[in-house]
Amino acid sequence: MTDLINLHISEAADLLAKKEISSVELTQAHLSEMEKGCVLNAFITETPERAMADAEASDKRRANGESFGALDGIPIANKDLYCTKDVRTTAASKILSKFVPTYESTVTQNLKDAGTVMLGKVNTDQFAMGGSTRTSYFGESKNPWTDANGEYTLTPGGSSGGSAAAVAAGLCMGATGSDTGGSIRQPASFCGITGIKPTYGRCSRWGIVAFASSLDQAGPMARSVKDCAIMLETMAGYDKKDSTSVNTPVPNYVSALTGDIRGKKIGIPKEYRMDGMNEDVAKVWDKGIQLLKDAGAEIVDISMPHTKYALPVYYIIACAEASSNLSRYDGVRYTTRVEGATLDDMYKNTRTDGFGDEVIRRILLGTFVLSAGFYDAYYTRAQRVRRLIAEDFKKAFETVDAILAPAAPTPALSFADMANMDPVSTYLGDVFTTPSSLAGVPSLALPVGMSSGGLPIGLQIIGKHFDENTVFQVADVMEKSAGFNLMPHRVKG
Amino acid sequence: MAFNEETVANVANLARLNLTDEQKQKFAGEVDGILNWVEQLQEVNVDGIEPLISVTEQTEAIRADVVTDGNIQADLMKNAPESAHGFYVVPKMVE
Repeated sequence: MTDLINLHISEAADLLAKKEISSVELTQAHLSEMEKGCVLNAFITETPERAMADAEASDKRRANGESFGALDGIPIANKDLYCTKDVRTTAASKILSKFVPTYESTVTQNLKDAGTVMLGKVNTDQFAMGGSTRTSYFGESKNPWTDANGEYTLTPGGSSGGSAAAVAAGLCMGATGSDTGGSIRQPASFCGITGIKPTYGRCSRWGIVAFASSLDQAGPMARSVKDCAIMLETMAGYDKKDSTSVNTPVPNYVSALTGDIRGKKIGIPKEYRMDGMNEDVAKVWDKGIQLLKDAGAEIVDISMPHTKYALPVYYIIACAEASSNLSRYDGVRYTTRVEGATLDDMYKNTRTDGFGDEVIRRILLGTFVLSAGFYDAYYTRAQRVRRLIAEDFKKAFETVDAILAPAAPTPALSFADMANMDPVSTYLGDVFTTPSSLAGVPSLALPVGMSSGGLPIGLQIIGKHFDENTVFQVADVMEKSAGFNLMPHRVKG
Repeated sequence: MAFNEETVANVANLARLNLTDEQKQKFAGEVDGILNWVEQLQEVNVDGIEPLISVTEQTEAIRADVVTDGNIQADLMKNAPESAHGFYVVPKMVE
């Protein structure tokens, strides 16, 4: 009998189409794996009844010859930042811990319309602010890759850490993530899976709890490049409910996986090779360069001089936008209220009680940089430097088709190590991902090698605006030649 | 610049947050650390560089000014902590 937990989406889709397996069997296998995997704390809300109903409906459609396609009957999980109609959506926060949306986000609706089975809502850093899931009100998720003693002491990364842990451990076949400054790519790297942040504007943000609106972008996380291509094709598309979604056709991403990248020019930005760089990460990057060379790509050294400013620019802009976006949580509309003598007291009591420390820190920073007297010095300056960073990419793409860089500066960190880090040190984890976020270009992270300590290390392939096709094409070749063993030790039952 | 406890108190009020003295001290130190770190942006020459507001380089879509989301009052009120007669209820504002 096929091991249903190890299957890729593309493989399961074939078996479902041939009626060799049913969606009910596939879903049951994942629900029982979720039970075994509860030690990982990947899920905030499990929806087994909904999953079984979705699976039965899918099998019925298939029996009647009315299948919706490759994703019909595939069990997935949704990051708990996506509003799901009648299913609690918390953004991993106390303030939204009882929020049950009356509407469905566009991206999850697209996945629903394609016949996917929803297993539940997965953990994230609170309001997607963080890179570890440590800031979740519901506790941290564990990386299914264990430490040297075989213990679950490592972070899955974040903010889409619940998604990454669940996909890596085989608790679901794919998951939605969201990426503001690296929140899909860094956890994908930490957990040894694949994830893509598409071009800003490719997926609708409607119904996704907002963090930083000029940066937030939805994307898929799965166990292969092809699976991400299949998922993104369904998730993406113009949506008039998001005024920043771009009205341009979504190509067939799977057909981009030609296996041939001969003559493609791949840029290697020298500024990403930083002093004191982690040796394992540097080695895997070199391996990736060699793999592409061997596949016939042309490696081109490039310079992106404003790279080092991306992190501070990102934190100013993201926090400014967050302080504005999070002003809606006022104790009036979103379930949680802490009473006060006056309206202002009620606002203050509700917000102080409902937000965690990382969220409060970012609101304070964001409010400050937007306040009178400091707006130009911080916020406007950051927006100006953001343009210089975007121009670095524009210029690079005049000579190269894609850029290859590390996805994260280290393999997965332990929670114990992170506990001693100050905020700025934790922000440095986003050093390789924030530049492409600020430029709005697509970037895919995939596992390419292992650290000396036996942990996965990912690389990212960055493309031109709306050229996810080249990103998928290059990533597919690298995936096949890297021969990375994708699964961690199976979760102990 | 020093982001001290007085600045924290002012900013917290703007953001409608109530911080204890202990929190004020903690956040003042942390945010001050972050501001010192972002200070490096001062060395970038941004003369004549326009702020980047949208990466998609498209103008905002215009739609007809008509009600398109009406008749969902019950849905909107469903998550209100307190409501009455189809309205949100807040603490008394006018004496």
